[in-house]
Amino acid sequence: MKIVVCIKQVPDTTEVKLDPKTNTLIRDGVPSIINPDDKAGIEAALTLKEQLGGTVTVVCMGPPQADVALREALAMGCDDAILMSDRAFGGSDTYATAHVIAAGLKTLDYDLIITGRQAIDGDTAQVGPQIAEQLGIPQVSYAAEVKTAEDGAVVVKRQFEDRYQLLKVKTPCLITALSELAQPRYMTVSGIVNAYNKEVKVLTFEDVKNNLNPDFIGLKGSPTNVKQSFTKQVKGAGTVINVSADEAVKTIMDKLIEKHII
Amino acid sequence: MVGFELTKTQQLCKELFHNFAENEIRPIARDMDEKEEYPRELLDKLQKAHMFGIPYPQELGGAGADVLTYTLAMEELSKVDASTGITLSVHTSLCCPCIYENGTDEQKERFLRPLISGEKIGAFSLTEPNAGTDASGVQTTADKDGDYYILNGSKMFTTNAGIADTFVVFALTDKSKGPKGMSAFIVDRTMEGITVGTNIPRMGIRAASNCEVAFTNVKVPADRLLGKEGGGYKIAMTALGGGRIGIGAQAVGIAQGAINEAIKYVKERKQFGKNISKFQNTQFKLAEMQTKVDAARLMVWRAAVEKDKHGNYAPLAAMCKLFASETANEVTRGCVQLFGGYGYSREYPVERAMRDAKITEIYEGTSEAMKMIISGTMKL
Repeated sequence: MKIVVCIKQVPDTTEVKLDPKTNTLIRDGVPSIINPDDKAGIEAALTLKEQLGGTVTVVCMGPPQADVALREALAMGCDDAILMSDRAFGGSDTYATAHVIAAGLKTLDYDLIITGRQAIDGDTAQVGPQIAEQLGIPQVSYAAEVKTAEDGAVVVKRQFEDRYQLLKVKTPCLITALSELAQPRYMTVSGIVNAYNKEVKVLTFEDVKNNLNPDFIGLKGSPTNVKQSFTKQVKGAGTVINVSADEAVKTIMDKLIEKHII
Repeated sequence: MVGFELTKTQQLCKELFHNFAENEIRPIARDMDEKEEYPRELLDKLQKAHMFGIPYPQELGGAGADVLTYTLAMEELSKVDASTGITLSVHTSLCCPCIYENGTDEQKERFLRPLISGEKIGAFSLTEPNAGTDASGVQTTADKDGDYYILNGSKMFTTNAGIADTFVVFALTDKSKGPKGMSAFIVDRTMEGITVGTNIPRMGIRAASNCEVAFTNVKVPADRLLGKEGGGYKIAMTALGGGRIGIGAQAVGIAQGAINEAIKYVKERKQFGKNISKFQNTQFKLAEMQTKVDAARLMVWRAAVEKDKHGNYAPLAAMCKLFASETANEVTRGCVQLFGGYGYSREYPVERAMRDAKITEIYEGTSEAMKMIISGTMKL
């Protein structure tokens, strides 16, 4: 099975601290990691490869520094790595990002594409499904388990808050991985040594321009406009009233009426 | 290594070692010390992450990394648990090098490959009840009998003895020649006549296995002789010369681990109305300790790079081991002091670090033996 895993390099949010004066994130010196959901996707892909044979190619769109995320994926056992990097891709929102990545994926042969559900820095959960739409292939999001069926299809357990679906889907298809999908393995030392002896293929705008519409990439090709970004105000402490249930109901009702809520 | 920067490969390896130590070892390190036992599951995890053959070529199943990368593993693992450090160190930089540097191709294939893959664990049996720093006093004998050598004698303080499958054992093939009559053998734990004693109760590195091993008429096939008859003393001294780089790195790890704990603690602990991190005594103490640890680390790296270049690393290894081990003792003692009464309690990991640090001044050559080696190169 030919599997492609799309990953994103993100700041390790467990290490991010707030600047107490400006209330903005201090990103300096924060280590970059492979997005956790994506890393679970890598593990799932490697497990499928071990069961069925085949290859795992890992794709990342990002600045040249994202190279280390791809080396890590190679050191975990992925076969090939592709970095999609070009100034023209900079400033892309989820739609433009998916357009670029889909253009890169069109240069590859694949049966299954795995992306993480969402990235811990943006939390949109949009890029995976948008890639599938752009490629015109079936998608299953929120995958908590992936198995293969005899006819080459995959069976995916799609997790919801209170239930799950079991879906059988024909390949080629795309699934978005929950971090519960798999516990990622460690890199190995030999894997790291070999990862730096391998080539990370870089795809620039020139390499994929025939597969995309230049009006749909980068900042100018992004339909999303950020109107304002602000820090949520901390709510004041609530009032605690220790009275009997009947009195409490009356107090609450009076308050709601007073504030013209009801 | 160019200048003092780690290569990208080394940096990523360091990250791996760090994450492995934090996730797999830290949660159980205290328990391991209390139980005085090395968990089999942890050995399996180390094997799965290919930690047993870091500085060996991939053709032999190793990771193909350099000695410097190996010291990074020793430091990162020992930051969290020095017992893991020594378990890996005796295997990687005492047992394996004897076979790697002196074994025939057939011996490497048969005995070294499973060690490097971690399928088997290695030990190094040189020290005896009456032969410590003066290793020439070894009394264990190996008498040739046809296609076999018959081993008799007993070894003291063999690290990994309780968990090892393969032992490199040093014994006299010619008693009349002293150290020049010493030879090295690859011995399987399963051979008849080998008795491994119980774990010797110790002050530190208590989770590591360390036992007495007795040999009674053990028939060792002659094809398990390493190198030539009489070459054993040199094999042992060469292995120890390299092993000390690992111990230096272990000592750096113990010290840095303790400093890291102290930094966390002094930022939380309040006395006289402020965090004790705000007192200049605390700041200066930590500054002094960190400076020494950095110096020790650079000495370890220098020795490692020299070994990678196949240069004359032995005196550099002795220096780094001497300095790093004494630094580890000074620093862990200083960290316990910063913690005050809590540092003395077994609730916090610095007392374990202080107990673990002591052995680094003793094993694989005492500080005094290091001074003999270093002064021996000074044309005095």
